[in-house]
Amino acid sequence: MRKRFDIRVQPGFATIAMFCFFLLYVPIFTLVVYAFNSGISIARWEGFSFRWFVAAWNNNLVIEAAIRSVQIAAIAAVIATAAATLAAIATTRTAGYRGLTFKYSFINMPLMVPEIVTAVALLILFSRIKVWTGYSGLGYLILAHTAFCIPFAYLPIRARLENMDLALERAAADLYATPFKVFRYITLPLLWPGILAGMMLAFVISLDDIVITEFVKSAGQETLPTYMLGQLRRAVTPEMNAISTVFLLLSLAIVTIFFFLSRSNEKSD
Amino acid sequence: MRKQQELAIEVRGVGRVYGDGAGQVTALSNIFLNIRQNEFFTLLGPSGCGKTTLLRLIAGFDFPTDGEILLYGENIAPLPPFKRPVNTVFQNYALFPHMTVAQNIGFGLEMLGRPKQEITARVEEMLALVHMEAMRNRKVMQISGGQQQRVALARALAPKPKVLLLDEPLSALDYKLRKEMQVELKRVQAETGITFIFVTHDQDEALAMSDRIAVMSHGEVRQVGAPWEIYDRPAERFVADFIGETNFLTADVISIDGQRTTVRLSNGSMLDATYPADITPEGKVTIVIRPEHAQLAAPSKAALLAGQIEDLTYLGTDTHIRVRLPDTSIFTIRQQNSRVGPIGFSAGDAVALTISENAAQILKD
Repeated sequence: MRKRFDIRVQPGFATIAMFCFFLLYVPIFTLVVYAFNSGISIARWEGFSFRWFVAAWNNNLVIEAAIRSVQIAAIAAVIATAAATLAAIATTRTAGYRGLTFKYSFINMPLMVPEIVTAVALLILFSRIKVWTGYSGLGYLILAHTAFCIPFAYLPIRARLENMDLALERAAADLYATPFKVFRYITLPLLWPGILAGMMLAFVISLDDIVITEFVKSAGQETLPTYMLGQLRRAVTPEMNAISTVFLLLSLAIVTIFFFLSRSNEKSD
Repeated sequence: MRKQQELAIEVRGVGRVYGDGAGQVTALSNIFLNIRQNEFFTLLGPSGCGKTTLLRLIAGFDFPTDGEILLYGENIAPLPPFKRPVNTVFQNYALFPHMTVAQNIGFGLEMLGRPKQEITARVEEMLALVHMEAMRNRKVMQISGGQQQRVALARALAPKPKVLLLDEPLSALDYKLRKEMQVELKRVQAETGITFIFVTHDQDEALAMSDRIAVMSHGEVRQVGAPWEIYDRPAERFVADFIGETNFLTADVISIDGQRTTVRLSNGSMLDATYPADITPEGKVTIVIRPEHAQLAAPSKAALLAGQIEDLTYLGTDTHIRVRLPDTSIFTIRQQNSRVGPIGFSAGDAVALTISENAAQILKD
């Protein structure tokens, strides 16, 4: 009998896998470690301390930027998810029509367009609007973030809709549910994990964005990533590590919360 | 009983065509059916024959391109599904996974805006009807396939539909459970007195359960009748072939006397045969004889048919015997093993065949 091909026992695979893990996690690991450095170097260990976390916490600029980031991400994620949900329903729950494929690619286009191009385009557009209206608030950033978050929110929602058994909605209609009630009592509850996933994804993507934000923001509208980028031009202290570590924990928390939410939803499936 | 004869559903000249131009597909053409109140009516046919399309038209998931569907005299064909007092048991049940058994059953009444008390009472009644009282608070994914089937039935019956549609509801169950559910469905139908329209491709299921059967193929109704009529008096080759095993013989019509005619078989023997009411047989015809309506006999000059046994298959309850006729065609006989012991014939024996009275039927085509 020929030996069965098993990728796990091929020579070199384990080594390559380990190497990949190293590449992914060693930088993050060192970043987290040096956040607790008591010295001012991000490369020479001098002892354990919470000094830089305290420094970041007392730095008004950091706190302001963080609050602004979360604000923008939360609002953009909610609007983007709402728009993406409607788009996903329109592209999966209607009879096929001319231009449907075009619409798919149109919605997902922002994933393909280089971010810098979108950034420049938005900069030009928004500067015009600023001149016309005189408004220079957070609205521009929220609008820009909403725009590029829509495809990220759209993908998991559409996937969930496509996997949903259409007979369920038919059964509800058969049992005297009007189209609105079918959506309210059947489609929406079953779609909820997808919507949640889309919203989390949009939130994280917005929180993390730097290119578009850098171009669109007005003076004094630093978000956490643009603030950090600005700091890198000066002397880098472990304060950056501390901020990044908190950022990392926040993202992990979101992912973990989502994981448990979606798992509890799958159980009831 | 006057009510028995009232029509629940009248299908009048219904057609359904998909697409247009060269890619046009006709799923149904010019269907006429009358389904009586309290009837267990079955749409039977191979996959792609249009039976499910017709059910979907009655349920409102699709709309006919021609004709009308009357529900107690009212044309429901253009109405959306939620405005039709008709409910469906789906092939894969389509139970709502995020609700309990009781919530599933109560959904229809909930949507109709009935008072809470009435819903609770009706749900209890339905749970009792399908023997699922113990499962009321389970999620539907936590119960077995047979139990899901019962819940789907209860859910569709809870709003007291005027007609219940069943789309191959037993096809996902294993053999034993399917037999149980056949009995169960008949019982529920008798208890509730609701008209059932049942779709299946399984001829045994259709024969076992139906009051009347409509056999369909290629988007048309081929024959409508009681199970025995469909089985013993098939109107055409497709129906005879689709339902059970059968023997086809060619013959010449000699004389007609009322609903009975005499035909001459190719070996010269004379045989009485019945024929479909809507034709007058003449010239060369095909007749059909079921395997269990022929018997083996010792060879004799007076025998109707003679031949040689090709092979025998012993099946416990009965024996299948394939006899080669002089014209080299095969005639199948199914003989019940009512006597204990060997059958008394073996392969290669020359035998005569006798045919039961009224067993031969002339086909339209």
